[in-house]
Amino acid sequence: MGILEVRNVSKRFGGLKALDDVNLTIEEGTVHAIIGPNGAGKSTLLNCFVGKLIPDAGTVMFNGHSLLGQKPHKINQLGVSRVFQTPEIFSGLSVFENVIIPCFAKRDGSFRLHAIETVANEVDMVEKAEQMLIDVNMQDKRHMNAASLSRGDKRRLEMAMCLAQDPRLLLLDEPTAGMARADTNNTIDLLKQIQDSRNITMVIIEHDMHVVFSLAERITVLAQGTPIAEDIPANIKGHPKVQEAYLGGAHSGA
Amino acid sequence: MLGLDKNDTKLLLIVICLTMATPILLQPFAEGSGMAQFNAGYPDLMQRFAIFGIFAIGFNILFGLTGYLSFGHAAFLGVGSYSTVWMFKLLSMNVLPGLILAVILSGLFALLIGYISLRRSGIYFSILTLAFAQMSFNIAYSVLTPLTNGETGLQVYASDPQYLMDETSLTSTHFFGLAMSASQKVLFLGREFTFNFGYYFCAVIAIAAFYLSLRIFRSPFGLMLRAIKTNQTRLNYTGINTRPYALAAFVISGMYAGLAGGLLASMDPLAGAERMQWTESGTVVLMTILGGAGTLMGPVLGAGFIKYFENIFSKINENVLHQWFSWMPDGLEDAVVWVLHFFVGKGWSLTLGGLFMLVVIFLPGGLVEGGQRIAALLRRMRNKSDGKSAGDKPGTTPTAAE
Repeated sequence: MGILEVRNVSKRFGGLKALDDVNLTIEEGTVHAIIGPNGAGKSTLLNCFVGKLIPDAGTVMFNGHSLLGQKPHKINQLGVSRVFQTPEIFSGLSVFENVIIPCFAKRDGSFRLHAIETVANEVDMVEKAEQMLIDVNMQDKRHMNAASLSRGDKRRLEMAMCLAQDPRLLLLDEPTAGMARADTNNTIDLLKQIQDSRNITMVIIEHDMHVVFSLAERITVLAQGTPIAEDIPANIKGHPKVQEAYLGGAHSGA
Repeated sequence: MLGLDKNDTKLLLIVICLTMATPILLQPFAEGSGMAQFNAGYPDLMQRFAIFGIFAIGFNILFGLTGYLSFGHAAFLGVGSYSTVWMFKLLSMNVLPGLILAVILSGLFALLIGYISLRRSGIYFSILTLAFAQMSFNIAYSVLTPLTNGETGLQVYASDPQYLMDETSLTSTHFFGLAMSASQKVLFLGREFTFNFGYYFCAVIAIAAFYLSLRIFRSPFGLMLRAIKTNQTRLNYTGINTRPYALAAFVISGMYAGLAGGLLASMDPLAGAERMQWTESGTVVLMTILGGAGTLMGPVLGAGFIKYFENIFSKINENVLHQWFSWMPDGLEDAVVWVLHFFVGKGWSLTLGGLFMLVVIFLPGGLVEGGQRIAALLRRMRNKSDGKSAGDKPGTTPTAAE
């Protein structure tokens, strides 16, 4: 059994069938990419994993727990972290504060009224946050306001925030969207490094085939809300259905 | 010291010194001089500085940290005042039971209002709190008259039970026998300083309230509140349930408001429904923004500023203006006085409004930001005179520390 089991999931938006009887198994420790043309239902599927959308039918099980109808913070506390298409960080706070918040969330759960201790005196948490910043190579920017970071650094910071929680499953929604090639390559390197050192299960939704084929160990191709193929990258490239639906024409060279 | 780092300890010590020396600092002009009316060192006003300081410090924990703008905090001020006066009526004129009840009841009331209002955010939250406060105000005037004494206001009568009173008890408000109205006047260099027990009682509580808010600002809880202000989505996806955090901030700030209301009644044992009206809620919003929302000292500065205007500028009338400008030729004097009289006396709120607009437009960080800019300017000027380039020193970034 995989760490994430999606069974017969369907979702309609009015007359539009966004997801149609999707079955998917994500094995623990793998990097699994979900690709597909625009409107294939990739983001809808991801939103069903994190509690943002509730499917009309089917089940989503994570590590034996149903994720259906759960609040995002509860799903996160189970061990699922998410990286957004546009980096979601705490813009008004310093880089260091951005990273220490998830450390507290991991230790203290979804609510704790610790109003008297001082953040600076929580030595364990401070050390952990410092270590996370070293891991993503941002320790020299710790005092900077997160709002003033470059797009690439915001992405790194968001990754550090997710990793600070030692998640079992990391969901990445187009992690390199809108990035320059250099930033994209840095992000790929960072994700490879995370995969090597931490062995976290990752689900990546991505348009950029360069990213997908650099990282993924398994690929699922969605088209019109249904998975049309699932295999290792080498086989996906030559899959006739995939070529027809997605990789045909200009994309095949990627 | 006291779990604070070096800078915060320094800040706290400065606040303590300033608060303790207020009766002297606010009395800089000699009695009988033309400027004497700018002196603010009389007990009634100083008590208000401290009490509204507490109100604004508490409000800042909600608005400054989480960004939730409540327009209904006067309701808690009113609840605090009514509870305290009821304790005077039932027990004795000792303020302690009243203040304790004020904090507890306003906390419970805040829990109820916060629980409902925090289901929405932004403008809807503000409107909900405003509606609740106006409801409380109207109910206090009408159906709750047996509890609030309606328009007359709740006050202590000789016929009240006062179970803990005996022949030796004071009949004015006191703290274990020390009367709030007790004052010591000292004449020094033509200035009359009034050291009033009521003021020092409020001041000590205000310092404690400031210290507590300082600890909250520096705590993981305070960090979560600031995170709510910047990005609730990320906080939810970081495993944090934001609502109990916002509710806790709401209740804490409600308790601060209740304490302030209780202190108002302790200085003058009277509680009226108008204390719950929306104008009072608006005043605390103005205080916080004028001083600098989200900063530690801002709300205190804002509270002092507004209370000073309300009490000092409102006393300057046309006669006073004529006195000031009597050295001018008659026609010109009349013209100047005619222009200025709109801004003083009853027109004090016009001056305050203008000032508020200037601050919001040019200093979005409030008076605290103004102070920081002046400090940065002075530092640059000093660096230049030392022959260093201004770029050597790192610029100041406004943080919650200031």
